Amino acid sequence: MDIAAGLMQGFAVALHPANLLWCFVGVLLGTVVGIMPGLGPPATIAMLLPLTALMNPAGAIIMLAGIYYGAKYGGSTTSILLNVPGESSSVVTCIDGYQLARKGRAGPALGIAAIASFVAGTVGVIGLMLIAPPLARFALAFSSPEYFALMALGLAMVVLLAGRSLLKALLAMLVGLWIAGIGTDPFSTTSRFTFGRMELLSGIDFVVVAIGVFALGEVLANMEAHEEPQALPVPKGLRNLLPTMRDMRDCRFAFVNGSVIGFLIGVLPGAGSTIASFISYGVEKAFSRRREQFGTGVIEGVAAPEGANNSETGGALVPLLTLGIPGSGTTAILLAALVLWGFKPGPLFISEHPDMFWGLVASMYIGNVMLLILNLPLVPLFAQVLRAPVYVLYPVIFGLSIVGVYSVSGSAFDLALLAGFGLLGYAMRKLDYPSAPLVLGLVLGGAMERALRQSLMMSEGSLGILVSRPISALMLSFALLILLIPVVARLNAWGLRAMEEENK
Amino acid sequence: MRRRSPDFWSGLALAALGGYIVNEARRWDYLTPEGPGPGFFPLWYGLAILALSLALVLASTRAPAIDWRGTGRALAIWAALAISLVLGKAVGFAVSFAALTYFIVAVMYRRGALRAVVVAVALVAAFYVVFPLALGVALP
Repeated sequence: MDIAAGLMQGFAVALHPANLLWCFVGVLLGTVVGIMPGLGPPATIAMLLPLTALMNPAGAIIMLAGIYYGAKYGGSTTSILLNVPGESSSVVTCIDGYQLARKGRAGPALGIAAIASFVAGTVGVIGLMLIAPPLARFALAFSSPEYFALMALGLAMVVLLAGRSLLKALLAMLVGLWIAGIGTDPFSTTSRFTFGRMELLSGIDFVVVAIGVFALGEVLANMEAHEEPQALPVPKGLRNLLPTMRDMRDCRFAFVNGSVIGFLIGVLPGAGSTIASFISYGVEKAFSRRREQFGTGVIEGVAAPEGANNSETGGALVPLLTLGIPGSGTTAILLAALVLWGFKPGPLFISEHPDMFWGLVASMYIGNVMLLILNLPLVPLFAQVLRAPVYVLYPVIFGLSIVGVYSVSGSAFDLALLAGFGLLGYAMRKLDYPSAPLVLGLVLGGAMERALRQSLMMSEGSLGILVSRPISALMLSFALLILLIPVVARLNAWGLRAMEEENK
Repeated sequence: MRRRSPDFWSGLALAALGGYIVNEARRWDYLTPEGPGPGFFPLWYGLAILALSLALVLASTRAPAIDWRGTGRALAIWAALAISLVLGKAVGFAVSFAALTYFIVAVMYRRGALRAVVVAVALVAAFYVVFPLALGVALP
């Protein structure tokens, strides 16, 4: 199927009234979630995931994806008005966005964030539409060794980029692999790590871990603070929100920069929108004629990162839908959602379910238009979300988490596990362990073990099969290189310090 | 006595987990005639957890200041959540969730008792309308 025919089919799916409604619900929820500091798309999607079992899968993926990219639009509002990022990917937007708001230019800052998000978000969808089908055809040649190598590469990148400590990220990922291993081994029917509990024989449901670690962990960490932050006011009226022509001229390069960098970083498993927004901001500053003014309230300092974090969502869906490899916590939950509905994301996904893939692509074009309309004139209304009392919001999240987990299994044991994983999620935040590697280890653990064991069965136990096939050898070499970079950098730093001390 | 870093204690806990995984994995077949057995993969990630957590213990230096007040608040709320989940089995979702909400509003956020009761009742009612009535999803 060519792209034009696919897109036509996609619009037929996305323009169905029910799917249009789900798209609107998704982007609206995403914007609200993005505005709320401390409640991210992974937590929201994890909480809603069990309820989507009642929905048509096309409508469900359209809604969940809408939450994913809609949150990127909303995240900028909190950064600009509150100097607190609504999303981790909007951290860098605080630098110039809040300074603009303090100078009385909150309106144009919010306006340019919405326009940059729209432009780059649309470019990201175009990239997804053009790159995903050929990549899926290429990946048809992959067998177990290549899949194992690909997952190892994905996990290596996530681990490297997930946090400040490589050791902690690696440990989180390994604990995720362990949790994935709990239950009955599918090859030998041996029960592993079940502590004698019948409930653990079928393993731990991904939803329980995702809701516990992301939603409860995040809320518990936010509830440490008693005070609620105060936001700067938003100017009323569309005219006060629109950037000037000069602002638009100043942001020309930022739109391109954010779109391209965001998409390319998104395609790399593990890099994520936070990295994309930081790199895009850095590039914008490096090439700007007024780089010394960055940090004091420069409009392109808002446009570049906001563009990048929106374009990244299109890129991040490429490895998810073509290879079945999620690159972040949110895409890991989207992968779990697709599996829950009976799909198998991978090289055959697009050809076997063109309505799902093209329907999603078309809905993202529509969703980006909806978001532009929602985020330009209605931003003062959305900003009211920041005034919602947290003592109402947090019990709602607790309630949704409990109902969400119970609706999957109807098991009181899973509710006890939920409390346990909530505590684990909170402890990870307190101790600075990144949670994305744990969730990715959990999602990929079962498939990774299966791919490794199938590879070794193919080679009659020889690990050589992993390095004798060119694609697999290349990917494993990259994975090793990625993990060695920080070690080499540290050894280099020690060497330089030793030389400096010798010269004293 | 020198105060230990949180990394030291979390490293020790993870080392214990790694030791447990290795110990369990050694009880299962490492290789079978068909290929790797159920102990193959766990043994390797168990050893990796053990090695990396010991590296974390050795690399941990001094303890940063911990906000014990904030931690205490979060742990108190977690305990309330855990108790409400246990209570839920006996008294049902409505009572246990209302009690949890009342605790959060009145005790943790120090709002008036009347407001706490109103929020608790309103949220329970909203959950009943949305889940069992509108969506047909059973509450615990």
